[in-house]
Amino acid sequence: MLFDKFQTMAGFQAELAERKVEPFGAVTEKILSATEGLVQGRNVILAGTNNYLGLSFDPRCIKAAQDAAARWGTGTTGSRLANGSFTEHQALETEVAQFYGVDHAIVFSTGYTATMGMCATLAGPGDVILLDADSHASIYSGVKLSGAEIIRYKHNNPEDLAKRLRRLGDRASQTLIIAEGIYSMLGDVAPLQEIAAVKREYGGYLFLDEAHSMGVLGETGRGAAQAAGVEADVDFFAGTFSKSLGAVGGFCVSSHPELEAIRFCISAYIFTASSSPSIIASTREALRIVTAEPQLRERLWKNAHRLYDGLKALGLPVGPTASPVVAVEMEDRSRTIDCWEALMEAGVYVNLVIPPASPSTNFLLRNSVSAAHTSAQMDTIIAAYASLKTAGLITSTQAA
Amino acid sequence: MTDYQEYLEFLYSAVETQNKKHIELSESTSLVADLGLSSLEVMEFIEKIEDHFDISIPLNILPDVNTIGDLATKVRELNL
Repeated sequence: MLFDKFQTMAGFQAELAERKVEPFGAVTEKILSATEGLVQGRNVILAGTNNYLGLSFDPRCIKAAQDAAARWGTGTTGSRLANGSFTEHQALETEVAQFYGVDHAIVFSTGYTATMGMCATLAGPGDVILLDADSHASIYSGVKLSGAEIIRYKHNNPEDLAKRLRRLGDRASQTLIIAEGIYSMLGDVAPLQEIAAVKREYGGYLFLDEAHSMGVLGETGRGAAQAAGVEADVDFFAGTFSKSLGAVGGFCVSSHPELEAIRFCISAYIFTASSSPSIIASTREALRIVTAEPQLRERLWKNAHRLYDGLKALGLPVGPTASPVVAVEMEDRSRTIDCWEALMEAGVYVNLVIPPASPSTNFLLRNSVSAAHTSAQMDTIIAAYASLKTAGLITSTQAA
Repeated sequence: MTDYQEYLEFLYSAVETQNKKHIELSESTSLVADLGLSSLEVMEFIEKIEDHFDISIPLNILPDVNTIGDLATKVRELNL
């Protein structure tokens, strides 16, 4: 009885095993560069890693991590509130706050705990949370723990957000509004100018997750709010070190001094071990590089446009605008798995996404582009998708 | 104020397009076990109700909602 609810998943795993396909948790046996690896016995181009700026293999970041491991040891063996706050952690918090031009920052051990922990803590019983319907699982997990009243607004729909704030009446000004800069599955960007205008009209506090947009959007890489010119309307920025910064960890920054009190109320911060000093050191170096080398973003966007335009030219449904996340939507699960397998055989690793991880009932072949992808690699990726069409595995009618 | 029965009638009509098995609807019809709605389809149904009555239905109430009757009761409470 206890395990009944897992039968559907067990059945799906059995189907994959019978087909000898392992799209989930595909084991990487060797990493050859930021964009190449040996996955399940094949040399493949990594086109599903969120390594937007290719910094996971930057020699400066590796050196910083090595030096920190030698100096500080391999781990902190404790929570930030106990023995796990080293000067490295404090320095990173200062530097992330400076990067965003605010005074307060908290560094978390993962991006998931950053958004989950903040969303679980900022609003509580008696408060209201308005979250975008396509919010990341970490946000949904957090708001469920908060005890607040949870209301969804339609994805990227400021009119629906305004309607729901209007319905709240006097409670609107005490509401936590949650949005993301770039949405992780389809790569679409939030209409932040409109969302900020709604917030200005009705009140409330805006929490923005820049996990996929930090280092990617904005003049200095601060993300979607900077690109939209609405940073002053954002009360809390959250993000991750595991994408454009090539490491692991998360953060929340704010101009509200209350963040320092909130820090001591977040279970996901208090009751987990802090990040290894080597991770913190490589993140600090990556943050410095993001600031110093805007050409990385230029290269990323050049590749993003190239993949988006290439797949669109093939007639594949790739979302509304070019983005470093380019997802091909499919209606049929079995056919999507066939395509994923064919892409692997063609030497391209992408993410296979199934509902409810995808934002609709569709299945996704999700690609993420890196500044480190070479021109030849971009050609190979696009050619692999063209081969899917040639093989009859994907057509405009089979795609969503 | 709309009577419970009127809420029920609206819910029957609103969910009809998602009634793929064409089962006869009653207040004891389960959204998941009988109608087979996925979590995404439940949310689509909820959005139709929200737009019709100009209300917001908090996600917090959903664990207590199994049947169309449960939902009619909750919507009525929210719309009072």
